Amino acid sequence: MYDKTLAELSSGLRSGAFSAVELAEHFLARTERFHTQLNCLISVSPELAMARAADADRQRAEGDSRPLLGIPLMHKDIFCTEGVKTSCGSKMLDNFVAPYESTVSRKLKEAGTVMLGKTNMDEFAMGSSNETSYYGPVRNPWDTDCVPGGSSGGSAAAVAARLAPAATGTDTGGSIRQPASLCNVTGLKPTYGRVSRYGMIAFASSLDQAGPMAATAEDCALLLAAMAGFDPADSTSLDRPVPDYQSTLTNSIKGLKIGLPKSFFSTGLNSAIAQVIETALSEYRQAGAELVEVDLPHMHLSVPVYYVVAPAECSSNLSRYDGVRYGHRADSPKDLEDLFKRSRDEGFGAEVKRRVMIGTYALSAGYYDAYYRKAQQIRRLISEDFRQAFEKVDVIMGPTSPTTAFKIGEKTDDPVSMYLSDIYTIAVNLAGLPGISIPAGMLNGLPVGLQIIGNYFDEGRLLNAAHQYQLLTDWHKKIPEAFC
Amino acid sequence: MNWETVIGLEVHVQLATCSKIFSGASIAYGAEPNTQACAVDLGLPGVLPVLNKEAVRMAVKFGLAVNAQIASRSVFARKNYFYPDLPKGYQISQYELPVVGPGSLDIEPEGTDVRRIGITRAHLEEDAGKSLHEDFHGMSGIDLNRAGTPLLEIVSEPDLRSAKEAVAYLKKLHTLVRYIEISDGNMQEGSFRCDANVSIRPEGQAEFGTRAEIKNLNSFRFVEKAINFEIERQIDVLEGGGTVVQETRLYDSDKDETRSMRGKEEANDYRYFPDPDLLPLDIAPELLDEIRASLPELPDAKKERFVETYGLSAYDAGVLTASREMADYFETVVERSSADPKIAANWVIGELTGALNKAGIELGQSQVSAEQLAGLLDRIADNTISGKIAKEVFDAIWNGEGSADEVIDRRGLKQITDTGAIEAVIDEVLAANPGQLEQYRAGKDKLFGFFVGQVMKKTQGKANPSQVNQILKEKLK
Repeated sequence: MYDKTLAELSSGLRSGAFSAVELAEHFLARTERFHTQLNCLISVSPELAMARAADADRQRAEGDSRPLLGIPLMHKDIFCTEGVKTSCGSKMLDNFVAPYESTVSRKLKEAGTVMLGKTNMDEFAMGSSNETSYYGPVRNPWDTDCVPGGSSGGSAAAVAARLAPAATGTDTGGSIRQPASLCNVTGLKPTYGRVSRYGMIAFASSLDQAGPMAATAEDCALLLAAMAGFDPADSTSLDRPVPDYQSTLTNSIKGLKIGLPKSFFSTGLNSAIAQVIETALSEYRQAGAELVEVDLPHMHLSVPVYYVVAPAECSSNLSRYDGVRYGHRADSPKDLEDLFKRSRDEGFGAEVKRRVMIGTYALSAGYYDAYYRKAQQIRRLISEDFRQAFEKVDVIMGPTSPTTAFKIGEKTDDPVSMYLSDIYTIAVNLAGLPGISIPAGMLNGLPVGLQIIGNYFDEGRLLNAAHQYQLLTDWHKKIPEAFC
Repeated sequence: MNWETVIGLEVHVQLATCSKIFSGASIAYGAEPNTQACAVDLGLPGVLPVLNKEAVRMAVKFGLAVNAQIASRSVFARKNYFYPDLPKGYQISQYELPVVGPGSLDIEPEGTDVRRIGITRAHLEEDAGKSLHEDFHGMSGIDLNRAGTPLLEIVSEPDLRSAKEAVAYLKKLHTLVRYIEISDGNMQEGSFRCDANVSIRPEGQAEFGTRAEIKNLNSFRFVEKAINFEIERQIDVLEGGGTVVQETRLYDSDKDETRSMRGKEEANDYRYFPDPDLLPLDIAPELLDEIRASLPELPDAKKERFVETYGLSAYDAGVLTASREMADYFETVVERSSADPKIAANWVIGELTGALNKAGIELGQSQVSAEQLAGLLDRIADNTISGKIAKEVFDAIWNGEGSADEVIDRRGLKQITDTGAIEAVIDEVLAANPGQLEQYRAGKDKLFGFFVGQVMKKTQGKANPSQVNQILKEKLK
């Protein structure tokens, strides 16, 4: 049962081949068996899951046949869930149980999904390897000495090992796509504003976006349909109808114009990875797509711009963790300042502190213009590059990550080399565009992902292009042997 | 040396919305601590602000009322600092692009000409919570009911030159915000608070001196006293050869002094940046037109109209237009009665205001309605009662004895205008006082008043005074 896609499980439930309770039991048993080995979960909630699964079966008996009814999934531990701890991978929130539900988890709950647990992640989503989590690093199911990528590494590892058919993730600079690439799953980062951020713990508000992670593009389409939509509680969510992503999956990609940014394929890209991407692109060419070179002249500035904007926003977003109202609080503080300083010093890990300090510096009087304002100006240039590119092409393709999964500990002492893991994904967040990573090959037993970037609100086309590729290839079906 | 004072004021006006500026929690005053603070106000992880449109309308209303430019696009920014009653670690405010741009307010401090005071800007922001330092045994309690309450911060140009002018400006502003119904202006409850930037310079010098900011002045009297204290303090410092340091000072009303809170070197770097959780605030021309059309007549225009239409003095018109309720009351009286508007003004400013002050109540709780006062003035106008008797009738109405007509009837206060009846009383009086009559005839004119008084006494004040005068004059010829 575990090797079925979400879409297949959905039809199995509909046909009565198995019940939601059986499905939940099956995946909970797998979770029980494998999760400590991968360290991909922070909380498992079996009682809650079984109760919801039973509810789903009851609803189905009453005639409810919605596609996600009874589908088990896991939520990244960044989404506030009523009654289950929401730690955001941090000691700071190790004791935090939200009194409210995030819009994403609420919508998926209302759609009938069954939450099995909450997945591990980089602390406050700051990291590209899942090594910054207070709960320890997540291991890549393809090689447990390797990282799964981050920050949605727990979700990627859980789906890759099929502890759940799907999981939610969030993507601020590549945090859905990069781990999807490193773990061989399909992960979609929607257009900024497509999915509500309410109840999703903020890292960098102008970049954060939630999205689905699953085995296939079709699964992601089913999940996105339930997650997307305007939310009056999020002023940055956009009031636009949610299209029927399912119906456009089968569109022909004959004549699809694919843009290939020169900068994505220039020096710096591992030649073996380049080879895998070329092979994937030739599948598209054979299917009738047209490949065109495009220029994104400011792409090289996206990493520096990101590491001004994201830390600046995070330095402010994380100010609320002060030990006063909730979360970690230092023991017997001498005075107010000691309470603030020690609560934060003890509650936050090294990477979070580094980014809070970078951001505080970038926003300081006298530096604001040189850093933050300048970064926002360049950010507009990057968006403009994409706008011009999308006048010529329908989608843009390239690698998701410059490397396959690296060894745990390999880059922890070198933040800059770690930051460069997101070199192909960050610009998409800066521009607010949608992007998807799909399994496209293997190198030395480790997965390689193909990234497809679309125009604003063009998730349907991304999912269509990804689905068509998945009809022609089998990479997305591969499951690491140790978990079969 | 002669010193000139330079004052600029920052006024925080609490807006009279139903709910907070970024959440749906109530802003009603006086609730149990933390019962009016929702997840957004508590700054829980993952929550997001949603702008209250009513607060925006109110800010725009104010901007239009002071002839200010309304920004078609303004931006909310985060002001970052740590404080236990600031739940998010930042206050959402407006910084580089406020919703209300430059405008002005005309003031008329007692005994001077009209002065136009520049308003630099007004911006929307959220209030912080409150720290409670008593009753917690060495710890502090935090009440977040006030956190997220909508404020309009109104910043003046450094155009004010004395404590008196500062108070005149504040009073004018206070009147205005209540006129346009954007705030209850309640100073005890903190709905209208003021910080004053005060500096002095040698008369004739163009550059400003170094200023001190005096925080949290919550009554007009304290504003005046604090500024005057601060002026004296700065003069003492400069004349003693010292220099004024830029700092924040707190006014202590018990000791009537200001004292240093923190210096410039300790000043926070607030690291302002646009709040990414909120879209820029765009105000469409249609909305502007709609709000403009909904504006009531403003105090200055009303005052001018009262002078022109009703022939009132500028002073009386100023008093009557100081609050919208008072002006409405007056106009209702004028509309409902045939009395001269000047008489109506005298009654509202004199008898009515006196009675309200005596009872310590607001106009809204007045025991004499505008309609009742109009009825009373009609009886004076048609000579049913004299002005003197009218005061007795007013008191009776105040005490709940009904309308003027009812009181006059019940108490038999109708004026005697029957010439024969008055003549008869006069004859009686003259007959009863032969001595005085003789003295009067001998040239002691002053005794005329004595006879009038006797007649009025005999009629319990009900005889028409002018008829009494006229008839008495004839009789004494």
